[in-house]
This record gives sequence, C-alpha cells and structure tokens, in this order.
Amino acid sequence: MRIDVKKTYKLYIGGAFPRSESGRSYEVNNSKGVFIANPSQASRKDLRDAVVAARAAQAGWSGATAFNRAQILYRVAEIMEGRTSQFVDEIVALEGVTPAAAKKQVEEAIDLWVWYSGWCDKISTIYGATNPVSGSFYNFTTPEAMGVVGVFAPQKSSLLGLVQSLAPVLAAGNTAILVASEKFPLPAISLSEVLATSDIPGGVVNILTGITAELAPWMASHMDVDAIDASGLSATQEKEARLEGVENLKRIFAFKGDQTPQRVLAFMENKTVWHPIGI
Amino acid sequence: MTFEYAPAPESTAVVKLKPEYGLFINGKFVPAKDGKSFATINPSNEQHLAKVAYASEADVNKAVAAANEAYKKIWSKMPASERGKYLFRIARILQERAREFAVLESMDNGKPIRETRDVDIPLAAAHFFYHAGWADKLEHAGMGSNPKPHGVVGQIIPWNFPLLMLSWKIAPALATGNTVVLKPAETTPLTALLFAEVCQQAGLPAGVVNIVTGDGKTGSLIVNHKDIQKIAFTGSTAVGKGIARAIAGTKKAATLELGGKGANIVFEDAPIDETVEGIINGIFFNQGHVCCAGSRLLVQENIQEELLEKLKRRMALIRVGDPLDKNTDLGAINSAAQLAKIRELVDSGDAEGAERWSPACDLPAKGFWYPPTFFTGVTQANRIAREEIFGPVLSVISFRTPQEAIEKANNTPFGLSAGIWTDKGSRILWTAKHLKAGVIWANTFNKFDPASPFGGYKESGWGREGGRHGLAAYLKGVH
Amino acid sequence: MILTDGSESSIKSFLRTLSPVDQVGADARAAMLATRSIKTSSKVWAIDIAISMIDLTTLEGADTPGKVRAICTKAVRPDPSDPTVPHVGAICVYNDMVKIARDQLDASGGHDIPVAAVSTAFPSGRASLDVKQRDTEDAIASGAQEIDMVIDRGAFLSGNLAKVFSEIEFIKGICGDKAHLKVILETGELVTYDNVRKASFLAMAAGADFIKTSTGKVTPAATAPVVLIMLEAVRDYYAMTGKKIGVKPAGGIRNTKDAIKQLVLVNETAGPEWLNPQLFRIGASALLNDLLLQRMKIRDGHYAGPNYVTLD
Repeated sequence: MRIDVKKTYKLYIGGAFPRSESGRSYEVNNSKGVFIANPSQASRKDLRDAVVAARAAQAGWSGATAFNRAQILYRVAEIMEGRTSQFVDEIVALEGVTPAAAKKQVEEAIDLWVWYSGWCDKISTIYGATNPVSGSFYNFTTPEAMGVVGVFAPQKSSLLGLVQSLAPVLAAGNTAILVASEKFPLPAISLSEVLATSDIPGGVVNILTGITAELAPWMASHMDVDAIDASGLSATQEKEARLEGVENLKRIFAFKGDQTPQRVLAFMENKTVWHPIGI
Repeated sequence: MTFEYAPAPESTAVVKLKPEYGLFINGKFVPAKDGKSFATINPSNEQHLAKVAYASEADVNKAVAAANEAYKKIWSKMPASERGKYLFRIARILQERAREFAVLESMDNGKPIRETRDVDIPLAAAHFFYHAGWADKLEHAGMGSNPKPHGVVGQIIPWNFPLLMLSWKIAPALATGNTVVLKPAETTPLTALLFAEVCQQAGLPAGVVNIVTGDGKTGSLIVNHKDIQKIAFTGSTAVGKGIARAIAGTKKAATLELGGKGANIVFEDAPIDETVEGIINGIFFNQGHVCCAGSRLLVQENIQEELLEKLKRRMALIRVGDPLDKNTDLGAINSAAQLAKIRELVDSGDAEGAERWSPACDLPAKGFWYPPTFFTGVTQANRIAREEIFGPVLSVISFRTPQEAIEKANNTPFGLSAGIWTDKGSRILWTAKHLKAGVIWANTFNKFDPASPFGGYKESGWGREGGRHGLAAYLKGVH
Repeated sequence: MILTDGSESSIKSFLRTLSPVDQVGADARAAMLATRSIKTSSKVWAIDIAISMIDLTTLEGADTPGKVRAICTKAVRPDPSDPTVPHVGAICVYNDMVKIARDQLDASGGHDIPVAAVSTAFPSGRASLDVKQRDTEDAIASGAQEIDMVIDRGAFLSGNLAKVFSEIEFIKGICGDKAHLKVILETGELVTYDNVRKASFLAMAAGADFIKTSTGKVTPAATAPVVLIMLEAVRDYYAMTGKKIGVKPAGGIRNTKDAIKQLVLVNETAGPEWLNPQLFRIGASALLNDLLLQRMKIRDGHYAGPNYVTLD
C-alpha cells in the first residue's frame, strides 16, 4: 500500500505561495467531519500584503489590451479543464455531494470563465457610449476598471460561487484579493495553482484562506481597496463592512449567483471625456 | 475716457415673490405642521427674500406617504409614454418661464444672471426634455428587458445649482417611474418651490413630486424614512458619508455626487488663450461653488510664467458685483458660512507659505463676497491643494513630465473631474486614460449636458447622473 | 527685436513658436463677449468712438467721382444737423479715386482725415511685384496716407511664407514714412484660426502698422472670433516687441450692435489702449448711418427713420 502525498494548502499572494505570516493554520474537515487539511489562516498582515500586490499589478492588468485579458481568462478555463478531477474530488469531500453533482459544478465554473472571458473586449462596446451633447463637442463614455477589489467568495458553493464572484471582477480589469469560503477553501487554493500557470500576472489575483469574520473588517476599512464583492458575507458582516467602507466610499455589492454583465459593470467606473470638434 | 460699461441690471419685475412659502405635498402648498419656518436671503445684499416652511418629522412622513400613494395608485400604473408626456410638459413650461427662474435663482443664490440665463435654466429644461424621451424606451437602455423603478426616492440637493440639481434628480427619477420627495438646500429653496408651481401647471398627478424645505435634520428624516427605497444626494463628502452610514444594512440604494479637487492640467503646447479661458471657467464659474471645479491648476513648469501672466491679465477683467447685472462674471458667495470656510482655507494657504494673488477689485459692502484668487508655490501637502475650497480660489502646482502630472492629478481621495490642455491628440487620450476621474474635459472645461454622464471615482461619490448611464441610478439592480 | 530674418526657415521656425488656437474655445470666448450689455452713457461714448474709427469705404466697380465726393463730405460731418458728431477715421477707396477723395476732403474741411487706398492688385493680389509696386507708388503719389495691401493668400496657403513676408516688407519700404501700411489677411480664405494667428504675426513681423481682416469681397469677413484672434495677436506682439499694431475688421459690420461688440472685443482683449482710431478701425459703409440713427434715438428719446440720415 502506498501512502498518499498530501498537498500543503498555502496562500497565494503576488504570484507566490506563502504560508500565513502569522504561522497560523486552521483545520478543514470533510462533510462527515473527518480532517482533510490545515490551510493557512490568513492574518490582517497577509491581507495587507495582498492589497499591496493587487495594487502593484493593477496598472498592468487594466492597461493590458482587452483581447489579451480575454485570452488569459480563457486560458484559465483551459487549464481548469485538465484538472477537473482534482476539483471534483475536493468538492465531493467538502460539500458531500455526488461526484456527478461536483462534476457539474466544475463544468459550470469552467464555462463561466469562458463566458466572462468573452466580455473583456465587448463590455465597453455594449455599455460605453458616444453621447450626443449640444455644442461642438465629441463626448464619449467608457467603463473602465475600478481598481482593487476585495472578493468574499460565497460560503456554500466552494468552486462555482467563487468563480461567479471572481471572473467578472477580473473581466472588468480589476485586480482582486479573494477570501475563500471559510469551510470550503480547498478549491480556491487549487484554483490559485491554475491561475499561477495560466498567464495571469502575479498579484492580479491574490487568494486568502482563513476566518471571514476576522478578515472582513480589515478588508472593508482598507483605504486602498476600491470595492468589495460581499457575496460571502453574512448580513451582519455586510452591514459592518458597509460601515467600515464608508471611509473611502467603497463600492460594495453582493450577488446571488447571477450570470450577468451587470456583475462586470458593478466593478467598473464610467469615465466621460469631452473634446471640442473644430478645425 | 475709457470704456466703462454702465450697470445693466436685469429687472426683478418678472419675479413675484410671496412673503411666505409652504411645503409642496400631494400637489398642494401646505404649512409645516408645527408652523415653523425659516428665512431665505439674497446673499448679494443680505436682503430678506421670503419665509419658507420648515419641515419636521410629521411633514416628511406626510410627503413620503403622498409619494408612496402616488407611486402605488397612479405613477406605477400609468403607461410609460404618458409619464414621459408630463416631463415634456415640464420642460416646456420651464422654457416658457425661463427668465423668471433665472432672475429668482440669481436672487436666491447670488450667482450671475448671465449664468442662470445661459446655463442653469436652459440646462434644467433640457434635462427634463432629454429624460422625457427615455420614459417609454427603458427596455432598450441596456438595463435588462424589464427594468423596475425603486418606488419612492428621497432626493437632497445642494445650493450651488439649485434648479439644475433639482432637474438632474427629478427628471430621471420620474422618467424611470419613481415618485419623489425632494429637499432643496436651506439657503436656496425658492426655485424648487417655483418648480412646484410648474408641476401644478403641468397637471402632474398629486404626490408624484413632493418638495419639503428645511435643513440637515429634514434631510436625515428623508434618509432614514422606512418607506423611501432610494436616496440620491448631491453635496459634501462629509454628509455623503453620513448618508452611506445611515443606510448601511438597509435595503436602500444610493447615488452620491460629492466633492472634488479637480486637476486642470496644462501642457506646454496648449492653445494658450483658450486655456486661460478654460482655467477661468474652471475655477471662477459659479464663484467656484462647483464640485467639479478645476481647483488645482497643474501647469508644465516651462510655461508657468507665461501662463500666469496671461491668467493675471485675464483675471483683472473679471467683473465682480451685482449678480443681476448682465455684465457680472463673478457673483456673491452663497452664504456667510461658506464665505467663512473659504477664508479659513485661504488663511491656511497663507500660513503654509503659498503665495496669494488677486486682482484689484472693489467688493460690495453688503453681502458675501470673495475676489478671484490664486495661490502659487503650492505643494501637494498644503491644505489648499487637498481640501475642497468651493470658492473662487485656485491652487497652482507645476509639473515637469506627463507622468508627474498624472501622479499629482490622481494623488487625491477625490476623483470627480479633470482638465487636459494640449494640442496633441495622442497626449490627450493618454492623459485621459490615466486620470482617475469620472468627467474629463480636454481643451474645454465645465461643460454639462443631459446626454453626458456625470459623477466621480473614489470619494467623489457613487454612480452617474445623466445620459444612458444615469438611468441605472433609478432602476433596480443595474449598474 | 528681430523675430525673423525673412528667410523661409526662419519665418517657419518663428511661427512654430506661436501657440495654437482652439477653434471652439475661441468661438465661445467671442460669443461670451457678445453678451456684454452696453447701456446709457457708455453707449453714447461707444457710438461716437465707433464713428471716429470708421474707414468709410466704397470699393465698387461702379464707383464714380460723384459717389466718392459724397462720402467724403459725409466723412467730415456725418450728421449735417449735429456738429457734435465726430468725423470718421478715414476714407477708403480704389487708387484712381484717391485724388478725388483727397481734394474733396480738403475742400470740405477734412484736412485731418486720411485717404486709404486699396493697392497691390486688390482684392485678389494676383499680380506681379512690379505691378504691386506701381500700384502702391501711384496711390501714394495721389495723396494716399494709408495703404491697404492684400497678402498673397495662395503663397501663404502653399507654404511660401517668405514670399508673403518679402512682399509686405517691400511695400512697407515704399510706404516709408509717407503712408501707414494696413495688411489685409483675407481671413475668409485662410479659413483656420491657426492660419489667422500665423498670418497676423507674419504681417506684423514684416512691418505692418495695421492688420486688417478682409477685403470685403469674400465671406466670411470680420467675424467676432477672427477679430478676437487678431486682437490677441497684437496684444502678444506688443508684449514681445513693445510695438503697438492696429487692427481693422472690415466687412459685415453693419449696425451699432455689431460695432459695439467689436469695441467690447477690443476692450477685453487688446485692452483700452487700443480703443482709439490710431489703433482700431472699422471698415464699413452702411454702419455709419445706423450709428447715426442710434445716436439720434439716444439724443431725441424716440426712434429716428432712414430719411433723417443721408443716403450716399
């Protein structure tokens, strides 16, 4: 009999896989309560480092051509496809669903990357505008990336919910600090391995595992985080986040699994430019 | 002899001021329940204009109830095309009564008649006309196939563009099918109350628009009212944050249009005379009481001297005085409180070592006045480079390279507006792309249009007003 | 101060130092200044100064000695019923009418009213330099104290700036101290405000005493933004060199309102120092009667009619 080689689940910050600076980890069990792994329990300092990495990567990612971003997100889908069984195993173990249900979740997640990838170079065509203002002016509005977005992945859907939250944020040109589902964090970490090998520049996505309630206030009060997807926060946590987020008027939205360009637009700012038309 | 323009005052005969104004609730003017009122004055001469009812809790409740009733029974059931017709009517009546509105606005606010006549009132009418046409086309607006209004919307507007801000709020709210409770600013309630008469003339169903006058307390009653589904606010960042806190954890949606510290960036190849006009328009339009004012002049160091010479010469031509004089360029500061705030920040500029300049300029003895002013030798760390002065005071900062201009321009918690002056097209687009601001004027400044979305990044607020994008503010679940 | 040595490369590099003009911004500034409201005593003053700035003009193929004498008489005393009305700034005619005009002005007490001649193959400027020279000399010999020359727009538009420059320089040499030189840019053919600004500086650097918008034969002529651009040019040229150059809009200024708008442009652009006939002229014909009618209205308190001013 061969002994399994088990994976050490670490954080994903700035393209590297560190353990928490705090040295902490927490126990994650399967649906039957049996121990599976000790992922890192990220601290506020890990979160701070992740924000720095996300900010540093922001100009490059939002400044890349939309076509380029689209190809990279599509590449994520390609790499995930090859790791389907790994994700299926993790979902089955954590959520206690059937392998068929887990496979469906993985496939939906992959298809969602493909879908949002396609939005990268279409969102401003569809949702930008040339505005017919009075006077001799050319006036246009384009949606552009908001900046650095904190993403609290939904707690109950370990992989699909995470992709539902993360993909639109990236398609918009934002960089992200993703806090994985507290109880179901393993697919998030596996996803980070996918991201690391799929041309996504380091720092564009940063993934933290740990205690949501511990990290949420630090994310919400961080003055260099522009917006939050609060889908993974409880109502109380979301309210607290909104109160903390007021200091820099963070844009905070929560979603219910919708697949819609509105999720991309939620994390974009519309910029309107005027210029005279003359000779 | 030199060419002295004689005073050319606009007649106030067109305005029929009442001694006292009630609240406009459910289609009628009614006194405040507890009979409280407050005075509004003309800031250019401190003369009393009228008494205005002060709305307290019972009044706000009544207004919200009227709006709720009108929403449920009339407005939400009316075909969208019919709803639009009311807005068209309102636009037309505003055009018909434009002179009356322009004069009254100038009296209540202190801004020059030239601006109310040529900017505020025509744009207010245009906003209603523009949004009227949206009412029956919302399913084509890219906001889903069946976009839904919020219901009752609470709107709180500032004193810098009283009627124009009212139109920015009410026109899209009604076009998308909401009903409204609006509070005008304490110091400038009169055109909103005259607008209530327009609603009556237009035959707008009772309760669709309700106007309650009062102060910040009245505003917070609106913000916290359980039957209000959405808040739209324009004003200071501090109050905006207060609103965001108040609605945290509720189902209320909000759009906030807040402060700014706009960078007006001048490159060495700028069309210099038009640039000077743009700088003037950027900071002295409406006495600098403009959230998107170009209050930081970022000038390329190698042309700073020439530009400032030209700016000084041009500033000396600014005609400060009676707002009702058709030749006045710079009117009165809106209130004693605002004047004190301007003075306090200017004092900080002096104390922090920046160098102040104003042209020789006779200010009227009565009323609230401040001369056109700029500071040179300003550093990014000075308060006058960071805080919104909201007055006719410009901070001049130099830069050497386009990258440095961008860094300095974006180095602020605000992100509302910016200006770019250069003859080079590719540089305009490069600069516009890197600026973190919602509205960017290239080779122009302070232009507004109902078709053009307006609103900011970062602490300048949430959401956009105007254009297709502005509709999202008044429809559920769209961005 | 020498701005250019007249060589093609030196002219081009000088003109490249000029700031560009944004058309929409310039239009907006001119439109804003047009909203200035001039009333009562200011209006009285403005009407009189405008009259004194008029280059009373007739430039028709059908001009006759009789017609020219008539306008000269009017130039001296625009309103026969009111001696307080100032005389106009100058008479502007074709070359062959210069002597007739001079004699008539002298005969009717208008010694100090100069005659301006449109020379150098007006209005097109399409003639050899020899012809332009003869044309100018002829006008001066006939008594012209002001020469309104046209630039070679074809040369300007084809980039042959040295030709434009040297012609102006050459005609200026002929004028010497005998005549003032007004250089007509024909802005309606230059089209862009950038061109107007460049041509203004080119003309000034080459020796123009005045820059003039138009011949009156091309539309658009003296539009408010074009005059604004030229006033900015003389203002900037003064800052550069200490020399004050005059501006003359011509064509399309037909009534008092238009004339007052021009004065406002001068006042708020070049400045009040330019508000005199030495530095600002208005080329016009019908304008004078309208100014007189407005003057009568202010004086008498009721509207006058066309039969109370002379038709010439």
